[in-house]
Amino acid sequence: MVENVRELLKAHEGLKHEVYLDIENSSFVAPEVVEAMLPYFNKRAYGNPTLTHKPGWEAFEAIMESAQKIAGYLGCKSLEEVNFTPGETEANNLALLGAASQIRAKRGKIVVSEIEPLSVVHVAEMLSKQGFSVVKVPVDGEGFVNLEKLKEAVDGETVLASFSMVNHEIGTIQPIKEIAEIVKDKNPNAIVHTDASDAYGKIPFKVQSLNVDMATISSYKILGPRGIGALYVKEGVNIERILEGQIGTQKLWPGVENTPLIVGFARASELVFERFEENVSHMRRLRDKLINGIINRIHDVKLNGPKGEKRAPDNVNISFLRCEGEALTIELSLNGVYVSSGSACTRRLLQPSHVLTAIGRRFEEAHGSILMKVTRLHTEADIDYVLEVLPKAVERLRGITGSTVVE
Amino acid sequence: MSRVPLPYSQKILELFRNPKNLGKMEDATVSAVAGNPQCGDMITFYLKINEEDVIEKATFESYGCAANIATSSIVTERVKGMKLEDAWKITWKSVAEEVGGLPAVKFHCGILAVGALRRAIRAYYKMKGQKPEWLPEELTFEEKQALEEEELAKILAKKMKMAEEGSKNV
Repeated sequence: MVENVRELLKAHEGLKHEVYLDIENSSFVAPEVVEAMLPYFNKRAYGNPTLTHKPGWEAFEAIMESAQKIAGYLGCKSLEEVNFTPGETEANNLALLGAASQIRAKRGKIVVSEIEPLSVVHVAEMLSKQGFSVVKVPVDGEGFVNLEKLKEAVDGETVLASFSMVNHEIGTIQPIKEIAEIVKDKNPNAIVHTDASDAYGKIPFKVQSLNVDMATISSYKILGPRGIGALYVKEGVNIERILEGQIGTQKLWPGVENTPLIVGFARASELVFERFEENVSHMRRLRDKLINGIINRIHDVKLNGPKGEKRAPDNVNISFLRCEGEALTIELSLNGVYVSSGSACTRRLLQPSHVLTAIGRRFEEAHGSILMKVTRLHTEADIDYVLEVLPKAVERLRGITGSTVVE
Repeated sequence: MSRVPLPYSQKILELFRNPKNLGKMEDATVSAVAGNPQCGDMITFYLKINEEDVIEKATFESYGCAANIATSSIVTERVKGMKLEDAWKITWKSVAEEVGGLPAVKFHCGILAVGALRRAIRAYYKMKGQKPEWLPEELTFEEKQALEEEELAKILAKKMKMAEEGSKNV
């Protein structure tokens, strides 16, 4: 199998331009972040932050300073509210399982939306097998949570609610403050969690003014390193650890802290937040250039998710009719453009993206969908190149489809 | 989003980039479809068959992934000049071998290509009102798989619709 992959890589030799837009699934690390991390691997702070020696104290200092910065950007009351985890998946698991595990009776209702990431959906399903009941609130055609249905769903039995601040696939910016208020109004004891991984560094928010108890953020989605994320847990909200072992500086996540990654996450945050307005308007400009460029150049396409201000500044998700998504990702890759698809073609189950089907896209529309996210480091020239490559790729694949699929 | 790594072989990549026998055949003797747009994999096969039941030409159109395109290309190439009886004997396993192996999640693509071919052969004899001895009454593995895939997509689409309507009526 590795042999095959080597051959596939060889087929990419000689590319004149490369544009990576699959920020949803992993990212390159910003050069300034790499630079900031390097000394922490072997020059300083490589000790265990809970031990009594210089490299340990250096690590303690670096971790606290990093937590302080992130707490500031999130709008926390104190840095104690920032809990580092190995990523978004782990933070979401910690939020849901940690909140559920302190409910000894294993009963009660968990309310989520239909379009949450799998690290919320699958965990909620797991909890439903343990005795909790799970309600998935529907969304409209643009991915906005149906607030009337939310009101109906939350009751005295509700122990936990989890709604993303920004949808990871279609960029819908949820009215999270209103969602949290609806939940708290109906049941002040319910814990409200939000996955803010696609909101942090993209839309302005401060956790304290949102009425949420927990929020997940992720490093690689702002061009920090992979393998690090954090869960904000509001002071006074008690959740339990989901792993046991040596407890260090992170009360909710045992094991030895990964200081270089934590430092990288904080540096990536600084780079995004120091010039927040500038970065966001840059992303928004590239996003719109890409969306409009595609709509103007290619017929039979559908934008997935809302337009304009209610869409995350980085998100582009488009369905190309009569064009199979997986084939399109390969065709684009061979031309130096790296994206992902909501196609089911990589799964035997034939089930495409649950987000796209929840907003009412037909299976064949979901199969032909492409997800792209722009960052502060992408350029106009990058988008021009994508707009040069994409129409040709879609045209060739539609040629193979021929008359097989008639819309 | 697609998350399963797909270490496609060089042969699949080559046929994906330059598929053989591509396109609709206007003067086809018979054509057949396997899969549907809901499952994200759909092939139409066109066969030109002469009086001696020999395939003179085969072409295809595919709404599908790289493996789907490559396996369709292989099957159309292989059956050229073959008697229908021999073309019937082509198995999905041999097609998978010829493309240099398929990742497990892609087995169904090879199956679909052979399923479409066998459906076309059946359609041809049905059209002629003939029933050769070697043509089994029962559906073969490849045909059943194609059918199963189509049914599954339909069921999933239906379930999804029901869930949608159900949640609207909460």
